[in-house]
Order: sequence, then structure tokens, then C-alpha cells
Amino acid sequence: MSKSHLYGLLLSILMVIAPHADHLPPWVSALCIVLLVWRSYLAWSGNPLPKRWLLMVITLTSLSGILIDFHTLFGREVGVTLLMLLATLKLMELRTARDAMALIFLSCFILITNFLYSQSLLTALYMLATLLVIVTSWVHLHAPGIAVKPRLRVAAVLLLQAIPLTLILFILFPRVPGPLWGLPQDAFARSGLDDTMSPGSVGRLALSDAVAFRVSYQGKPPQRAQMYWRGPVLWDFDGHTWTPGRATQGIAPQFSATGLTTEYSVTLEPHNKHWLFALDVPDSISVPARLTDDFQILSREPVNERLRYEARSHLTFHANLQESQAQLQRALQLPQTLNPRARQLAASWRADDDHAVVRRALGYFNQQNFYYTLEPPPLGRNSMDDFLFDTRQGFCEHYAASFVFLMRAAHIPARVVTGYQGGEYNAYGNYYIVRQSDAHAWAEVWLTGQGWVRVDPTAVIAPERVERGLSAALTDSAALPFMSRNPPLWLRDLRLNWDALANQWNQRVLGYDSERQFAYLSRFGLESVSLQVIYMTAGLGLVIALFALYMLRHLFKREQDKTQAAWLKLCRKLARSGLPRAPHEGPWDYATRVAIARPALADAIQDLAARYVALRYGAIQNERAQSEFIRRATKFGRSKNK
Amino acid sequence: MFSALKQKFRNWLFRPKIEHGTVVLTQRRIFILPTRQGWVLGLLLALMLLGCINYNLSLGYVLTFLLAMMAVMSMLHAFRNLAHLEIHAGRADAVFSGETARFLLHFSSKLPRYQLILRGEDSDSVIFDMPARQDYAVEFPLHAARRGWLETGRLTLYTEFPLGLFHAWSYLHFDARCLVYPRPLPDAALPTGNAPDGAGKRSLAGDDDFAGLRTYVAGDALPHIAWKAYARGLGLQVKQFTTPVGEALWLNLNDTPETDLESKLSRLTRWVLEAEARGLRYGLSLPDGELPAGNGSAHRDACLRQLALFGLVETK
Repeated sequence: MSKSHLYGLLLSILMVIAPHADHLPPWVSALCIVLLVWRSYLAWSGNPLPKRWLLMVITLTSLSGILIDFHTLFGREVGVTLLMLLATLKLMELRTARDAMALIFLSCFILITNFLYSQSLLTALYMLATLLVIVTSWVHLHAPGIAVKPRLRVAAVLLLQAIPLTLILFILFPRVPGPLWGLPQDAFARSGLDDTMSPGSVGRLALSDAVAFRVSYQGKPPQRAQMYWRGPVLWDFDGHTWTPGRATQGIAPQFSATGLTTEYSVTLEPHNKHWLFALDVPDSISVPARLTDDFQILSREPVNERLRYEARSHLTFHANLQESQAQLQRALQLPQTLNPRARQLAASWRADDDHAVVRRALGYFNQQNFYYTLEPPPLGRNSMDDFLFDTRQGFCEHYAASFVFLMRAAHIPARVVTGYQGGEYNAYGNYYIVRQSDAHAWAEVWLTGQGWVRVDPTAVIAPERVERGLSAALTDSAALPFMSRNPPLWLRDLRLNWDALANQWNQRVLGYDSERQFAYLSRFGLESVSLQVIYMTAGLGLVIALFALYMLRHLFKREQDKTQAAWLKLCRKLARSGLPRAPHEGPWDYATRVAIARPALADAIQDLAARYVALRYGAIQNERAQSEFIRRATKFGRSKNK
Repeated sequence: MFSALKQKFRNWLFRPKIEHGTVVLTQRRIFILPTRQGWVLGLLLALMLLGCINYNLSLGYVLTFLLAMMAVMSMLHAFRNLAHLEIHAGRADAVFSGETARFLLHFSSKLPRYQLILRGEDSDSVIFDMPARQDYAVEFPLHAARRGWLETGRLTLYTEFPLGLFHAWSYLHFDARCLVYPRPLPDAALPTGNAPDGAGKRSLAGDDDFAGLRTYVAGDALPHIAWKAYARGLGLQVKQFTTPVGEALWLNLNDTPETDLESKLSRLTRWVLEAEARGLRYGLSLPDGELPAGNGSAHRDACLRQLALFGLVETK
């Protein structure tokens, strides 16, 4: 195992491990780095590899570390962590070429585990670069004598040749709908909306730039202020946290539309929960899902891969004009002993009718100097009282919670709705990006004759939030990530461009599953798997044959003697004019015979024969003489034809 | 039992035959099979594919397909690394038994080749890269264990370039052979009595009598060249003289003290070398014939050749 072999392997391992650093436990990343540096030092200094018992100790220690950290030795995270350790530890006892091959294979395997975490376009490009490094060291293992450049060239040629073949396979290889075995529970842990809400929980999401979903509208998109994407509906309040509570037998969801419909398609990023997002109330959705009594859309399976669906929504409607008593009772529950001042305030409004109470509550928020901020002061045990009368600083969940509290205290059925509001328009792809930072919470109250009506107290305090987005509404936006504030225009453009590209990537490459494949291929009449396989095999065979022809072209090309070819051509011409060369005749004899038969040609043919003999049997090979001969031989034919 | 059958099958399949002249590795002569590493990669790819299906990893499919197709293309590269290689066997200088014979193989190729490995039936391998060249000589060493003709046997030329996933090979069985002289005894005094035995009674009369002409061999003394013959256009000839018996040293198989033939030949070999080194005129007498006394490297080689092949059936 030479040094240069080792450096190649070290680089390969480093490249496959690096992307995992952000989800490995820090001590594992540190250990990997230490081992890599140690191994490089050993290679560089030529010192012997560590003793076996020392490696044993390191292995056992890190195994127990994993056991303490994860409480298990199974599962995806643990598996990936173990692979990292295996690769770096194997490097420490790398002795034979066989060990090196094992490491190469291991790096390929670790490379694929990275896709469990990210499959973005950048990840794909990084994969290609890593693969090139791996294959270069791979080639080096089997051809120790070749320099870096030809080695890199061989690897690059292999990779480039594999790309068109991969494309054929990617499109035509019959996709099997997964999963084959159950996904482990920790398969896709991602951030997103939760089904509980407490002060600060939505605010935390506002710090995340991650995309929640992308929407493209068929036809004219609605006003931004109307883009309320409903998510979990929260009913129960324990004084601090809002939860969905136990569903009671309600009346099946029903609504009467009073306006036009909006049609759109949503590409939802996986969030590992059941709910799907739609504008207000949808009357159709293209994936199997059910509409709950409180108008949530729940899919059958947790959304653990990117999901695209079409939906149609009504933005103006009456929802559940008839509501069951049980549901209305549920929408009035409050913890009895807490927040006396808030209750008192609500009771003081009770003289008016429901509409007036709602207006007074909103007026209260509007007039009492409430302040919209991402960093509200902490609240005590009577959190509603503290917020409504003392701190008066909060994010949307504070306003939604306190508003619903006031409504319930005033005997108006109300509930908290969480979801997303707004979105960023991407002109490059003509769609809206809804990010985690667009997470929002608002209220719904049930009014006689109107059903459930949305009330968004945030819109009263910070109308910019609803009309223009978070960064416009916050005066102290320093806490937001850089890109959520007001980045320079060119940077924003760049980001939108990039997102449009990522969206295409998601739709065309990552979203190409068994259903898409069927839909796409049936356009070309490839509806059965066997046809697919036939076309795939034929395509691969054809491309490989073309490559083979190209690669072997030097070998099959027969080295033709141009001098002889020109002479034979000349002879054929003469033969056509009735003077064929006899098999036994040498050039001189033939020329003499031709000269006698055709005196007009005598000089020319004898000159040519002399040149031919000199070129072919003479000791000196002269290229200029050769080209001169060929030129004359060709000309001889022409002048004779005239 | 099984391995014997396998050997038989292989022999039938690859039909070894001895060739002379230039061998071109055409498509029909090149065999290709996956190596153990190739199978391991296949297994790994199957595993990766299962993972991709389970987790629906589109990029995972891409990586799996890329690796698989690189493996397929590496088969083509391995094939190309051997394809249309032209090989002919060159000379191999005679060696003494116990030394290593060096067979020269001349390769020519229009493409550079990497990591070609030449392996004999039971000998070490020679690994080499070669540039795109007309005549690239590769030395194939073979241990010369016994005197006589040493043949290369069937050579295997193989390559696992570039990824070690496929083993492409071709058999080369040339008629090249190398003469192996008996191993000389380390030290043996020349026989003192130089009286020929009964069989060698061809006492030759005359002092430096002219006996005839033979073709010039490099190393012959210039005064012995028959310049007159050269002038007549007969080429370089060397005059041969016979010497009186009394002045030539006769090296006789029967004079050796050893009992077994190989040791006797070993001693004779040493004697020949010794006599040549001292510049003596010497003749060789073996039961199947004699070499008249002479001197010079050509004479020495003729003697050694006689010793090398004594008692062996010439195969060619």
C-alpha cells in the first residue's frame, strides 16, 4: 500500500463522511477527524499502524458511546454512525489491497446513505465529485504504475460513459413502489408545524428558512391576505399549551360555497405527520385523504416523502352552519381557575351580541399598544393575564391564543388554527414558496348564521404580516435569518432562480416514482413492464455498442498502404479500358505492355511505374514522393477519361 | 476428481495449441469473467437497490445505476486492454541449469496498455504497462530446473484493469524454447591425462592441418578467416584445422569419477568452461559422438549444446 494510494483513500473517506457531519453526534465527527488525521500522519511519517488491542479499545469505547447516545444499536441514525466509524477504523488497519477494496465499496455505500438526509441538486453534484475521487483511487489500486493525470482520465471516462447509460436506466428501469419493509420511526425526522401550540412554538419556526411546500395556482392566485393554509386545529387549553384534544362525535363537515373556487397544486415537503395543507376549505384533493369535522385534511400515511397533490378550495363560504352541541361545548372549555382578569374583561363585553364582542376584542388589541415581536418576554402562570395586561408583546401564537381565550370566556365558541400564511412568489417558476417562517396561528369563532369564521388578531396588530410577510411586520427583524430580512435584490433573485431550479429538480428527478414513471412512459406507449424492459435492454445495448465501436476504432482500422491502393486503383482503371494486369505481371512488365498497346500513355505509365517501384520496393520512404505519386496516379486516370 | 474434470473441461474449452509467429489477440481469443470483487460489487449494488426502493431515494437509484454502468463499461475497458495486441516470441539466450531463463516477448499495440500481467503455469508473474508502440519487449523469466530444452509452456496474459471487477485473459502458447546447459560443478580440476580413450582413436595427422571451412561465427579469430573464400563471394568462412591428438585436451564422459549421468555432465560442463577459460584446445567425447578439438566461444557453445542435449530425445 503506497502513500499515494492511501492519500486517495483518505480523501475518498473524508468526502463521503463530510456531509454527515451535521447530523452525527459531535463526538463521532471529532473521532472520525482525529482518526483521519492520525492515519494521514502515519502515512506521511511512515510509522507503523497502531496495535490491534488499541483499535479494539477504540472500537469498544465508541460502541458504548453510541449505546449511551442513542440507547440502541439499531435504526438508521445508528447504522449511519456505525458505518462512519467502521470506515475510519478500517483505515487504521489498512494493510492489503483487499482492505483497500473493502474501503472503496464501503465509501460507495456511505455515499448512498447521505441521500437519506438530502437529495438536493447540490448533493447530486457533490456525489458526482465524490464518485470521481473514489473511482480515481479505485483505478489507482488496480494500476499502481499510472500517473495522476491518466488515472483521473480513466476514471472520468468511465464516469462519463456511465452517465447516458444511467439516464436510460433511470427512465426505464421498472420502479417498484416502496417501502418493501417498514420504514423505521426515525426515518424522516424533520422540522415543521407541531400539533401543539405554546408561547414561542410558532416563533421558533419563524427562524427556519426551510421550504414547507410550494404552490402553483391554476388561473389567478388569490390575494396574499387570503392565503391561509389550514393545518392542525387546536381545541384544548391547559393554561399553557393548546392541543387538538380528543375528537368528539361532531357533525360531518359541510359548507356552502359563496364565491369562486381556486385550483392549485401543492408539492409538500415531507414532515412525517398526517396533515396536508389546503387553502381554507377544499372540496377536492387528488390524493387519498379525509376531511375531519374541523376541516383538517389528513392523509392516510404520514407524509414521509415529497408529495404532490392537486386541490380545489373555496375562499368564501359558510362552514358548518349547524354544529353539534358537543363540538360547541368543546369550543368553550377553559381552565377554571386561571387568568381571572381576562375572564373579567370578557365578561364586561358580554352585554353585546357575538359580532360586537369580536369587534371589541379586536379593538382591544388594536388600541392597547400591543407589539408584534419574535422575542416576547416570558409569561407566568396566568399567561393570558400577563400577556393581555402587562407585557403586551407577542408573536402570532400569543394573539391567537389570547383571542380564543377571550372569546371562550365571553361564551363564543372558538378554536385555534395553525398553518401557514402567505408565501413568496417566484416569478422564475411561476409558483409560491411557503417556508417554515410563514408558519402562523389564528382563530376561528362560531357565529350563529355564519358558522365558523376566521378571525386573525395578528392582522389587527400587524397588518403587514398578512399582506407582505413576516419581515415587513417585524421592527426588530435582527433575529430572523439573513435571507428572511430584506436581502439585496440580486441576492433575492438568485435565491428565487435557485429555488425554481430546485423545484424542477424535485418534480422531475426526485419525484420520478412508479406512478410518475407509468404516467410518463405511457405517453410513449410503453405501458407494460416487459416492454419497458425490452426498450431498456435495447437502449443499453445500443449505447454500449456505440461506445465499443468508438473505443476500439483504432484497433480495427486496417493500416492501408496508400501507395499500393493508388496503384491498384490505377490498374483497375486500365483494366476497365481493356488492359487488365495479369496476375504474374510486375509493375515494370505491365507498364511496358501498356506503353506498347497505348503509345499515347507510354510516358505517363512508365513514369508512374518507376515511381511506384521506387516507393514500394526502394529503401527510402518519402512522404512527399508518396503524395506526388498518388496525385499523378489520380490525374492519370482523369486525363485518360477525357 | 472434480478438479481433474474441471481441468479437462478447461482444456477442451480453451484448446491449447502451440503457435509460432505473431499472435494477434482477436476477440475470439479473449475470455472475460467477473472477479470475486466483481461479484461482491454485484451484491452491494443489489443491496443498494433494495435500499433505494424502500426509502424511495431517486438519487440513490442514480448512484446505484452509475456504479453498475461503470462496472459494465469497465468490462469493455478490460477487453480493450487486451484486444488486438500483437505478440511474438523472441529469442532466449541459453542458460545453465539452476539459472533463470529469460524469454523475450515482443508486444506491439496502437494503444497504450495498462497493468498487463503475464503468468506462466507455475512461475511468478510479470506485470507491465506498455506505451503505444510497435515493438515493446517484455522479459519473461522462467526458472531452468533441468538441462535440455526449456519451453515457456502455456502463458496466461491477463488484466483486471481498470477496476478489478473483470478478469480478461488470453492464452499464449509459443513454440519458443531456451537451451539449458547442465549445471557446471562449482570447481573441478581438468583431467591431466589427455590420451583419448579407445573410442577416440581418430588420431589426426599433421600439424595445424587444414580440415575444411565452416561459416564464420562472431568471436572467431581473424587469422582463421578464409579471406580467399570471402573474395570469391562465398561469405565469411573460417578455416578449420585439425590438431595432433597429443596437443588437444580430450574431455571424455568416461573419465568423470561420478556415477550418475547428470553429475558426469555437470563435471564435463565445468571442464569445458575451464578449458575455454584457459585458452586450451579441447575436444568432447560422448558415447553418442565426438566434437573434434577446437577453441573459441562457438566451439564452447557447441560442446555445451552437446552436453545439454545428451541422451535427450529432440522434440524438434
